Amino acid sequence: MSIVAQQYLNMNEENVITAHELTKQFGGFVAVDHISFSIRKGEIFGFLGANGAGKTTAMRMLCGLSLPTSGTATVAGFDVYRQNEKIKRNIGYMSQKFSLYDDLTVKENIRFYAGIYGKSDRFIKEKTGYILQLLRLEKEADKLVGALPLGWKQKLAFSVAVFHEPQIVFLDEPTGGVDPITRREFWTMIYQAAESGITVFVTTHYMDEAEYCNRVSVMVDGRIEAMDTPAALKKTYGAASMDDVFLQLARKATRPANE
Amino acid sequence: MEVISGYTNTGKRAAAAGEKTPAVVVSNLVKLYGHKNETVRALKGISFNVSRGELFGIVGPDGAGKTSLFRILATLLLPDGGSATMDGFDVVKDFNSIRQRVGYMPGRFSLYQDLSVEENLHFFATIFNTSITENYAMIKDIYAQIEPFKKRRAGKLSGGMKQKLALCCALVHRPSVLLLDEPTTGVDAVSRKEFWEMLRQLKAQGITILVSTPYMDEAGLCDRVALIQEGRLLSIDTPRQIVEQFNRQLVAVKADNMLTLLQSARAFEGSQDGYPFGEYHHVVLKPGYNIGQLAAYLQETSHKNLVVIPATANIEDCFMAFMKEK
Repeated sequence: MSIVAQQYLNMNEENVITAHELTKQFGGFVAVDHISFSIRKGEIFGFLGANGAGKTTAMRMLCGLSLPTSGTATVAGFDVYRQNEKIKRNIGYMSQKFSLYDDLTVKENIRFYAGIYGKSDRFIKEKTGYILQLLRLEKEADKLVGALPLGWKQKLAFSVAVFHEPQIVFLDEPTGGVDPITRREFWTMIYQAAESGITVFVTTHYMDEAEYCNRVSVMVDGRIEAMDTPAALKKTYGAASMDDVFLQLARKATRPANE
Repeated sequence: MEVISGYTNTGKRAAAAGEKTPAVVVSNLVKLYGHKNETVRALKGISFNVSRGELFGIVGPDGAGKTSLFRILATLLLPDGGSATMDGFDVVKDFNSIRQRVGYMPGRFSLYQDLSVEENLHFFATIFNTSITENYAMIKDIYAQIEPFKKRRAGKLSGGMKQKLALCCALVHRPSVLLLDEPTTGVDAVSRKEFWEMLRQLKAQGITILVSTPYMDEAGLCDRVALIQEGRLLSIDTPRQIVEQFNRQLVAVKADNMLTLLQSARAFEGSQDGYPFGEYHHVVLKPGYNIGQLAAYLQETSHKNLVVIPATANIEDCFMAFMKEK
């Protein structure tokens, strides 16, 4: 049985994200153009698209940071129009650009983020020990995050993003620039999070990473041009790799990248 | 080579340097940051040469030392040890001559956001005592793509167009060596392919190009590459040679459940290493073991729809092997 099939069984067909005709317009510019999809609990969903395709705008709406112009969406059971504060409490977020505070120690960063999500001192204390052990960062607990190598920072940032045990974690290009070994260790962490029932919504420019997702969507000019398992997409587009699939689709784009 | 100090004798020195000198010579280069207690060794003594007209790649992850190296070569940073020459000129003593002959595109967009496309280009031409028309042939193909937007402020351009403008500005004084620091980082797969196509065309005009990238798949597009990690070079060679030096048997495996397959593959006594690799996992075999033994072992552990096939190493496999050797 495939990972996909197994996870479909485990999650009782429960959708944690649904979007229907979700649209965002800035003046006359339609950044996100009637996109619809649903994502199941525990799924690893790859959200691909060229620069300027509308990925970031779509992600901001799903995270409760930007109100849609039209369409509907629920995230973790909450409505993106009326319950965006509740959405924020039930998701985790990490990107390459925004993650941890360099001038706080490893422990302080964990405490700070967990505190923001309202976790109890006891929960924080117990789980901090566990996380540090898992990442083999016990010796670095009181070091400034700025002094850590990039690969460690990225792994720590991911652990912090899921520390409060959110239903969904949004990862915006989480592995940019890290070495190939660390990149794979990072994906092992993603698999583990998904196994524990956390839904993973991830964007990446590395097409080999698209292969690690259960399902992948490709956005072109604000619309979702294709959505399926990597194997099915390759079959549909007669492509040898996800790189080929992506190039075939993204070349259709007519609007310029603005990121 | 004749040694003339100072930068007033540029003509003489260029003649002395001659066409046979490599375009770039880097010798035991060291760069340190920080103070006594907390020193970061960004470059730990690296050496390589780049021939004239070569498209040379520096491939490695963030923090490997790529930007420090480029800043030293662009004469914007002083090395703490070793030496380097660009077009025969020393990066410390002859910085002024180098600036005349080198085009540098930093990793971060560094043009004037509040000047238009045309004004930026004009500005950079003027500070190099030249004009856009004088060297138009060099930038024509690239500039033609952004010319329709020449009145637009640089800050209002899309990422791809900014990149093209920055490249034009780096080329406007017809440099003999072009330094491109991570031009494709954060850029999508389509724009990356377009950018490398532009580099190929520039190379055809005879310019020497030194380009850095964190994307392993771009290594194959260079004439030669230096793999860099934590301030040290892991290997320097043509992409083909690097791949051919991979001296272990490599096997690609897949099955319905990739997670348990990876665990099984790693548990096999003949496995030296096993890691996800796109659609497949790659398994590196220890000497004395073969693909048949691995296939038999995996069949015993009952994986559904198991596929076990020989694989050819690519740059990323090699990079990981070098990292683990160290």
